[in-house]
Amino acid sequence: MDFSSLSLVALTVSLIGAATPILLAAIGELVVEKSGVLNLGVEGMMIIGAIAGFAISVETGSVWTGMLAAMAAGAVLALIFGFLTQVLLSNQVATGLALTLFGLGLAALLGQNYTGMKPPPSPRLDIPVLSDLPVVGPLLFGHDFMIYFSLLIVFAVWYFLNRTRAGLVLRAVGENHDAAHSLGYNVVAIRMAAIAFGGALAGLGGAYLSLIRVPQWTEGMTAGAGWIALAIVVFASWKPGRVILGAYLFGGVTILQLNLQALGISISPAFLSMTPYLVTIIVLVIMSADRRRASLNAPASLGRIFHASH
Amino acid sequence: MKFTTTLAAAAALALGLGGAAVAQVKAGFVYVGPVGDLGWTYQHDQGRLAVEEAFGDKVETTYVESVPEGADAARVMTQMALGGADIIFATSFGYMDQVQEVAAKFPNVKFEHATGYKRNTDNVSTYSARFYEGRYVIGTIAGRMTETNKIGYIASFPIPEVVRGINSAYLAAKRVNPDVEFKIVWVYTWFDPGKEADAANALIEQGVDVIMQHTDSPAAMTIAEEKGIYAFGQASDMKEFGPNARLTSIIDDWNPYYIQRVQAVMDGTWTSTDTWDGIGAGMVGIGEFSDKIPADVQAEAQGIVDAIAAGTLHPFTGPINKQDGSVWLADGEVADDGTLAGLNFYVEGIDSELPQ
Repeated sequence: MDFSSLSLVALTVSLIGAATPILLAAIGELVVEKSGVLNLGVEGMMIIGAIAGFAISVETGSVWTGMLAAMAAGAVLALIFGFLTQVLLSNQVATGLALTLFGLGLAALLGQNYTGMKPPPSPRLDIPVLSDLPVVGPLLFGHDFMIYFSLLIVFAVWYFLNRTRAGLVLRAVGENHDAAHSLGYNVVAIRMAAIAFGGALAGLGGAYLSLIRVPQWTEGMTAGAGWIALAIVVFASWKPGRVILGAYLFGGVTILQLNLQALGISISPAFLSMTPYLVTIIVLVIMSADRRRASLNAPASLGRIFHASH
Repeated sequence: MKFTTTLAAAAALALGLGGAAVAQVKAGFVYVGPVGDLGWTYQHDQGRLAVEEAFGDKVETTYVESVPEGADAARVMTQMALGGADIIFATSFGYMDQVQEVAAKFPNVKFEHATGYKRNTDNVSTYSARFYEGRYVIGTIAGRMTETNKIGYIASFPIPEVVRGINSAYLAAKRVNPDVEFKIVWVYTWFDPGKEADAANALIEQGVDVIMQHTDSPAAMTIAEEKGIYAFGQASDMKEFGPNARLTSIIDDWNPYYIQRVQAVMDGTWTSTDTWDGIGAGMVGIGEFSDKIPADVQAEAQGIVDAIAAGTLHPFTGPINKQDGSVWLADGEVADDGTLAGLNFYVEGIDSELPQ
C-alpha cells in the first residue's frame, strides 16, 4: 500500500477546513447552553448565515462585510427564538426545531437569485518567508483568516466563561436561574445576549461554508452540519477546549476516509463513511457511562423555562 | 382494512378500473434534494414546470423536496395520494420499496418511479435514462484531456445506476487512452456540497486532473474551477459554476416523458410500463462542448454521440471482462438490459474494490 502520496500537510489543511464551520457553530451553541438554553435551531441559523454572507459578499464585493452580515442574520434569527422562548415562554425544543425549518425555507427563498454566482475571494494569511517554510508554513501560516479567528473565539469563550465575572454570572444563570434571579441578575437579558451570540457564530459558520469551503450557494448546503455541531457540544461536555477536539476529530475522520478512498485503500467505504458518526456515538456513550461526571458538566437549568413569578 | 379495500374497489368500479379519462390531473412529485440543487432534483422540477406549462389549468402539481430515502417517503406519498393525486412521480432510486408499498394501498393512483426496477402492482411504472450513454461520451473526452492519466470519480451509492456510469466512463476513457487510471471516492450521499467539495479536493490531492461526479450539487465543479482542473456538468449544465473547468455536461431531460405520462392519465390510457431512454430519444442530453476541447476530440465525441443516438454504438459491446478477469461479454456481444439494470461489478482494469 502506497501512503507516500498521502500528504499529511494537505490532509491537515483540508481537515481544518472541514471542521471550522462546525467548530464555530458549536462554540456559539456552547455559550447558549451554558446560559441554560437549548437552541436546536443551529442548522437554520447556519444556513441563513450561509446565504446572508454569500449574498452580501456578492453585492458588496467584500468578504468581510459578508461575514458581518452573516453574523447579524444568524443573530436576528436567534433573537426570534429568544423572544419566543424567553419572553413568550414557548417550549425550547419545539421552537428550536421550528427555527431550523424556518431558516432552511427562508434561505432557499432569499437565495433564489444567487445560485451560480461567485463570491469574492477570501484573503489568506500570507506571511512572507513564514508561509513558504516547508511543512510548517502551510500547516501554521497558510490558512484563510477565519481559521485563526475560530481558534481565537474558542480561547476567548474559554477565558470569558472561566476567568471573568460576567462569565461566572452567565454560568450561574445556566446552573440555577432562580438563584441568579434572586441575586438580582436579569436572567432573560443575559440569556438573550447568549442566544444572539450563539446565532451570530452559527451564522458565521454557515458563511464559512458558502464563502470559503465550497465557494457557492446551493439550497440546503449545510446538509446537517448544525446537528453535528449540537452533538459536539455534548461530546465536549460543555468545555470550550474539547469543542476544538470534537470538531477536528469529526472533520479529521471525514477527510481521512475520503483521502484513503482516493488512495485506493480497500476498506469498505460504507464503514469509512460512518466512522465520524460512530466515533461521536462511542464518545457520547463513554461520557454518559459516568453519570456523575456528565451531570456535573451539563448546565443544571438546561432547557428549563424560567418564569420570574416573584 | 376491509373497509378501505371495499372503498377502493368501489372507487375503482366507479372509474371503470382506473381507465377513465380525468378532466383535471393532480400530479405529485417527490424529490430527494432541494429544487435548487441545480442538478438532479432541479431537472426533475423543470419537468414538473414543463407539465404545468403544457397543460395549464388542466393540471395541478405539487411537490415535496428533500424527502429522505426510506420510510419517510411512504408518509409523503401516502399524504399525496390522500390529497387526491392522480399520478405521483417518485424521483429517487431509494424510494423503491415505499413506492410498491403505497401503490398497493392506492390502486387508483398511478405511480412513476425513477431509476427503479420493481413494478409489483400494475399501477406502478418505472422510468430511467441511459445515463451511461452520456458517461461514454464524457469518458472519451476525459481520456483525451487528462495529462496525469488520473481521472477522479465522485460516486454516491454503490447501486447499479452508479456502477454502470463508472464502467461506461472507464471503458470509453481506456479505449482512447490505455494508460488511464480511475480514482473512485464513495461519499454515500446524493447531496452534501461540503462533502462533495472535500472529495474533489482529496482526488485532486492524488493528482487527478479531470473529475466526474455522480452526486447532485455543483460543489465539485466549483472546486475544479478553483484548482484549475476539468470537470463535467452532472444532471444539469452547471456552466456558471465552472466557466473554465466545465468540458461538457450530461443533462437529464425529463420534460417530454412527464408531459406524455400526465397526458396518458388525462386520456385514461396510462398503463404500467418500463421506460429506459437515452441519447437517441433525447432523455439524455450532452451539453455544448467547451472550446478547451481540441477540435479533433470534439469531432470524435460528437461522432460517438451520433453513433449512440443512431443505435450503431453500444457502450457495453464485447469483448469486455469483469474485474476478476472472467469473461462478461464475448467479442461483439452487446450487454442486455436485464444485466445492465442490475449491474453490480466493475469491468476489468478498474483498480478499486466495489463496495457491496
